[in-house]
Amino acid sequence: MAGRASGFGASNKRAGVLATLRAGLFALAALAGAAIAADPQTLVIGNGTEPESLDPQKATGVSAGNVLRDLYEGLTGVSPSGDIIPAAAASWQWQDDGRALRLSLRAGLRWSNGDPLTASDYAAGLRRLLDPATASGYAKLFAAIEHGSEVIAGRLPPSALGLHADDVGTLSIRLDRPMPNLLSLLAHPAASPIHPADLARPPKPDARIGNGAYRLTEWVLQSRIALARNPAYWNDRQTAIDRLIYLPTEDLNSELKRYRAGELDVTTSIPATQADWIRRTLGGELHVATYLGSYFYGLNLTRPPFAGNKPLRQALSLAIDRPVIATKVLHDLATPAWSYIPPGIRDYRPQVPEWAHWPRARREAEARRLYAAAGYSADKPVQVEIRYNTSDDHKRIAVVIAAMWKQVLGADVKLVNEEWKVFLRHRRERRDTQAFRNTWIADSDDAQGFAEILDSRHPRNDSGYADAGYDALLLEAAQASDPALRRAKLEAAERKMLDDAPILPIYFYASKHLVKPRVGGWQDNILDWHYSKDLRLSGR
Amino acid sequence: MLNRAAMRLLTAVPTLFVLVGLSFFLMHAAPGGPFDSERSLAPEIEARLAAQFHLDEPAWMQFGRYLGGLVQGDLGPSLQYESRSVASLIADGAPVSAAVGAAALLLALIGGVALGALAAMRRDGWLDRSVMVLALVGLSLPSYVVAPVLILVFALQLPWLPAGGWDGPASVLLPAVALALPQLAAIARLTRGALGEVLAAPWIRTARAKGLPERLIVFRHALKPALLPVVSWLGPAAAGLMTGSVVVEQVFGIPGIGRYFVQGALNRDYTLVLGVVLFYGALVIAFNFLVDLAYGALDPQARLE
Repeated sequence: MAGRASGFGASNKRAGVLATLRAGLFALAALAGAAIAADPQTLVIGNGTEPESLDPQKATGVSAGNVLRDLYEGLTGVSPSGDIIPAAAASWQWQDDGRALRLSLRAGLRWSNGDPLTASDYAAGLRRLLDPATASGYAKLFAAIEHGSEVIAGRLPPSALGLHADDVGTLSIRLDRPMPNLLSLLAHPAASPIHPADLARPPKPDARIGNGAYRLTEWVLQSRIALARNPAYWNDRQTAIDRLIYLPTEDLNSELKRYRAGELDVTTSIPATQADWIRRTLGGELHVATYLGSYFYGLNLTRPPFAGNKPLRQALSLAIDRPVIATKVLHDLATPAWSYIPPGIRDYRPQVPEWAHWPRARREAEARRLYAAAGYSADKPVQVEIRYNTSDDHKRIAVVIAAMWKQVLGADVKLVNEEWKVFLRHRRERRDTQAFRNTWIADSDDAQGFAEILDSRHPRNDSGYADAGYDALLLEAAQASDPALRRAKLEAAERKMLDDAPILPIYFYASKHLVKPRVGGWQDNILDWHYSKDLRLSGR
Repeated sequence: MLNRAAMRLLTAVPTLFVLVGLSFFLMHAAPGGPFDSERSLAPEIEARLAAQFHLDEPAWMQFGRYLGGLVQGDLGPSLQYESRSVASLIADGAPVSAAVGAAALLLALIGGVALGALAAMRRDGWLDRSVMVLALVGLSLPSYVVAPVLILVFALQLPWLPAGGWDGPASVLLPAVALALPQLAAIARLTRGALGEVLAAPWIRTARAKGLPERLIVFRHALKPALLPVVSWLGPAAAGLMTGSVVVEQVFGIPGIGRYFVQGALNRDYTLVLGVVLFYGALVIAFNFLVDLAYGALDPQARLE
C-alpha cells in the first residue's frame, strides 16, 4: 500500500519536473533564437581549423590566410574572379628587362589606428619575412629578391635585400632573377606591411595593427574571430558588410548542420559523404571549383623496387583508372589528373600524356607490357607498400589503387597506415617508403611553384627525383625574361618528369563551399581567395 | 578517513612528478616533431625554430628545463599557437569545459540517482526493466553518435537550440546532455544495484516493520549508504567531465580544453600536452580528495578508520 502511494507521489512529481524542464527549454530557446537569427550586417564564415597565428609573416595555412586577407592589404590584390588587380599600389612598372619592379602607392593610405602607411612599411614586412630570425615558412617564396637567398641563409642582414622606398609612396624591388609571379605573390598575406610599433615589440596575438578593409575586434581561441570594418581603409565606402565572424569548423558534418540551421553563411568545405544529398537539396548553394592542388602518389626512387626501374613506374601509372577514383571515391568533388600541374594555372597548359586519351583496355595492355619489360610476371609479382596517413579518403583511395594494381598487373600490394607526424617523418627520410600519398598545394597561381618541388635540391622532393635535365629546364625557366620561353621550358620539364614517373598524378583538388543565397558577389576562383570587402549581404 | 585524505595530499606531488615524467618521455619518443608539416620548412628555418624552443637539446636537459619552469609556475609557450602560453590556453579553455562539465555532472547525478532509485524500488517491474535498458543504451552509445543526433533533433528539426558555438547559456545544454548521458546511465545502474542491496538488509525490514512510509525509508535511510559506490565513481568521473571531451567539443564547436589532449598530441605540441596532463592529474587528485571527505560524511565506519 505504502509503496503504491509513494509511487503515485513520485509520478506527480515527475510530471512537475517535466513541465519545469519544458518551460526551461523554451526560455533557452528564446535566448538562443536571438543569437541564431542572422544579422543583416554580419557575415559568418566557417573557417576550418583554428589559425595558429595571425601574424602575417609567421602564419601559414589556409584558415589564417582567409582572415589575414581581410586584416591586411597587399600592394597588389586579387579580384573576385582571380585576376591580379591594384590594391595598396595604384600602379607599377617593370624595369630593367623584368629585373626590377617599381610600385606607386595610393596617396593617403592609413593604418587601422590612423597612422600614415608608407612604402617603407611594406619593405619592412618583406625584410621581416626573409629575416631568418622570423623563421617564416613562406620566406622562400621571395628568395628571388636581390640577395634574398643570402638573407634567408643568414649570410647577409635583411637590410641588404633589394628593396628601396624611394619616397613615402614609391617602392622599388630589385630581383636576382626574373620573377613573373611577383605581382601575384605581392597579394599573398606573407607580403603584408608591418606597423613600426608591431615590428619593435611583438604584440599580443589579437592586438596587431592592420591596413585591410577590416580590423580585428575579438579573437576567442577555438570560438570566434570577429572583425569590423576599418574606417581608415582607403576604399572603406565600397565595403558593404559591417561585421565578419570567422568560426572554427573542424568537423565538417557539424559545420553542415550549423549551415542548415542558419548559423553560418559560408562553409569551409563539405563532407564528401554528403555530396549527393547536398546536390539534391542545396544544389544552388554549392560551389565547386578547380583549386591549386594536386594529389599524387610519390614513388621512392632511392630504393627498390622503384630505383632505376622506369618501366615499372610507368606500368603502375597506366594501371590507375583515375576517373573511377574521382567519381566513385570522391563523389565528383575532384578532377581526374593525368598530369601533375592543375588546369587553370596562369600561363600554362596541362601536359596531359597521349595515353590518357586511350581506351582503358589499351592502357591496361600497355601497362602489362611495361610490367613484363620491368622484369615482373604473374609468378614473380612486384611487392609494393602504399603508405598513407590516417584519413578515410586516403584509405579508400589506397584500397582502390591497390585493387587496380592487383587486377591489371597482379602486383602484390600492402597498405601501411601511419599517424600524420610519423608519416611526414618517414616520407621525408626516404628510408622506409616505397609508394606514398603526397599532395602539393601551391601558394600562387604559377606553374613554377608546382614544378620546383621535384627539383633535386628541394626539401619536399620526397621521391628523391634527381634528373639533371629536369633541374636544367627549371633553371632556364627561372632565368627567362620572356614569358613564352619560360612557359615552354616549364611545360617541357613537366613532360620529361611525367615520362620518368617519379610521381603518379591521381586527382586535382576542388574548392567546395556552401554559400547562402543572401551572400552576394561570391565568385569561384582557382586561388579560392574571397575578400570579404567584395561581398554583400541582401535582406533575408 | 582523515589519514587517507592526508595520504592523498602527501602522495600528490610524487604522483604528478611521475605523471609528467612519463608523459614527457613518451611524447618525445614518438616520431615526428612539432614543426613537421605538409609544406616542410627549409632545414635552416627548422633548425632555428628548434633552437628557439630548445628542442635541439638532449631530452633529459629539456626535461630539466621544463621542471625548472614548472617549479616557478611556468608551463611554457605553446609550440603550435604562436605567442600564446600554455597557461593562457588552459585559463581560457578550462572555464568553458568546467561549465559544460558541471552542468553534465549535475544532470548525470540528479537524473542517474533518481532513475536508479525508481528502478530499485520497482525491482523487476516494467519500470526497472525499461530504466535498465535505457541505461544500457546510454552507456553503449558513443558521444560521436549522440551529439549529432541531438543537433539534428533540437537544432534542425525543432529549432530550439543552437547547433554549435559558444554563445550564451543555451550553448551549454546540448553538449552537457551529450556528455552526461553515459555518466547518467552508469550512475543509474550503480544506484539501482547498491540501493537494491540496502533495501534487502535486515535493518530496512525493521524500518518497514515500524510502519515507516516507503518514501521515508528510501530517501532518509537507504539512499545514504547506497550512494557510496556512486560517490567513489564520481571522483574520476567529475575530473573527466570538467576537462572536456574532444568529440563533444569538436562536434559542438565549443572552445574547451578537451581538444588539447588529442590535438596537442597529434601536433607534437609537447608543452601543451604536458600542461593539460598536469591540470587533469591535479583535478583527479583533488576530486579523489573530496571523495574521501564525502565518504566520511556518508559512512560512519570510514570516519573511524
